[in-house]
Amino acid sequence: MTPDDLKRRDFLKASSGLLGASVLPVSLVELAGATPAESFTFAYISDSHIQHVKGAQFVRNWDRGLMRAVAECNLMNPRPDFVMFGGDLAQLALPQELDHGAQLLSGLKGPVRMVMGEHDYYADDGAYWSKLFGPQWYSFDHKGVHFVVLNSILTDKAWYDRWPDGKARMAEMAGLDNPNGSPFQVGAEQRAWLKKDLANVSKDTPIVVFSHSPLQKIFKNWNFWTDDAELVQDILKPFKKVNVLYGHVHQIQYNQIGNISFNSVMATAWPWPYPQSYAQAPSLLPKLTVPINRADPFFERDATGWQYIDVASGRVAAHYLLPENPVRTVAFDAKKNQPVDLQYQDEKSRTLPQNHY
Amino acid sequence: MTHKTLALGAAVVAVLALPALGDTFGPADVQKWTAEQDAVVKQGRALWTDGKLGTNGVACAQCHPNAANTHPETYPKFQKQLGKVSQLWEMVNWCIRNPLEGQSLAADDPKMTAILSYVTYERRGVKLEPGKH
Ligand code: HEC
Ligand SMILES: [Fe+2]
Ligand SMILES: [Fe+2]
Repeated sequence: MTPDDLKRRDFLKASSGLLGASVLPVSLVELAGATPAESFTFAYISDSHIQHVKGAQFVRNWDRGLMRAVAECNLMNPRPDFVMFGGDLAQLALPQELDHGAQLLSGLKGPVRMVMGEHDYYADDGAYWSKLFGPQWYSFDHKGVHFVVLNSILTDKAWYDRWPDGKARMAEMAGLDNPNGSPFQVGAEQRAWLKKDLANVSKDTPIVVFSHSPLQKIFKNWNFWTDDAELVQDILKPFKKVNVLYGHVHQIQYNQIGNISFNSVMATAWPWPYPQSYAQAPSLLPKLTVPINRADPFFERDATGWQYIDVASGRVAAHYLLPENPVRTVAFDAKKNQPVDLQYQDEKSRTLPQNHY
Repeated sequence: MTHKTLALGAAVVAVLALPALGDTFGPADVQKWTAEQDAVVKQGRALWTDGKLGTNGVACAQCHPNAANTHPETYPKFQKQLGKVSQLWEMVNWCIRNPLEGQSLAADDPKMTAILSYVTYERRGVKLEPGKH
């Protein structure tokens, strides 16, 4: 899919509600000629990190990020078929954080499906999250696409057993750069489940996998990493069209490994530096990825946001809604066989703030 | 040559002959100073991660893992949002007041020294680029 193959149609009712038309996305990019059954849109909100302060008080900044995404998402017209939440709803997996997050998410119109993040999990192995939202891994079919949700933030037993309780595990895992943390993994149990789940799916069926951590290895220092990524990729290899969508990294990343396209999604809470901005460790940021602009700390929503995803002919186009910035689109390009940023490819077309150092 | 200059000359010779004067130091001194420095860097890392600098429990490390994106090698630099050439500690205070909803630290507050020591330590080896944007 190249920009020429794309046609545009109005997507948000600019007149409706809460937010001014100027801050709203104006168009949906849709593949020309795709049949309605193959072409649809879902919204993707992620990494809200609802953080309890004390009493009834939560960190205002993170609350606002999620509230804004929910409000903007509700203005989409036509409606997305469903909304995914990509994990890290909470900061320390406290029941009051998950409750407050669930309450804010309940403002969304339409069905919402959840992915587990490490900040939702380690205090109680995801027990409270599961009570609110259901199973930690599952699959479903929608308009000819097979969707899989994995809990990719598990870790090895030796690390788990090092700590006295969930509170200690959560405290260690919550620090992105904490050397006492531990690399994520999907684990043998879910890999076996995934094999079984995909056994009855035709190799032509487009697959979309949702994980919290990238199912590829990018930067171990900050756990932009899944230890058994290659083993999961092996299970996905036989399928012709595979798309992996992940949260956790709080920045735009995209990559192509064989038949598998990777797209990350933005956080509503705060942006993260790109790995190359840490001078003391090598980064494997995919060469394909053109970084987004550096964030302005004086505008607290800068470089946060949410996205809507078109699935056209089984391939993903991710549209990133970044407050006070133009919508950015990273779409699968059939000729190049990889995701491409529709605006920033050429080095010369990049802006100064895209230089991270 | 007068007696006076002669006496002065003798005094200089005497001074040069004394051991360990001026800024003379040995390995034990260096070890001690490095240990002091490391301890302050460690305090800085603790302040960076523990969420107690402000009032809402947010920690610098939540947005700046390994103090990334603080660019100490570029300061002092023109900070467009402040409209003037600014120092690193001014931006530290900006982030304490805003995302952390806390109170500014004095420029020479030991906590500020610890924070700046940690930030600079994480950026060791990067060349100075004053004013870079
Ligand atoms: C909500 C996220 C957030 C938190 C929490 C935060 N910062 Fe920042 N800070 C930023 C962003 C975004 C920038 C801009 C980074 C850039 O220029 O690439 C920034 C910039 C800075 C800069 C200036 C860097 C430059 O070149 O402009 C310093 C110094 C700094 N922060 C220190 C701190 C300290 C110290 C803390 C804790 C007291 C802290 N920050 C907490 C988001 C945050
Ligand atoms: Fe996150
Ligand atoms: Fe995460």
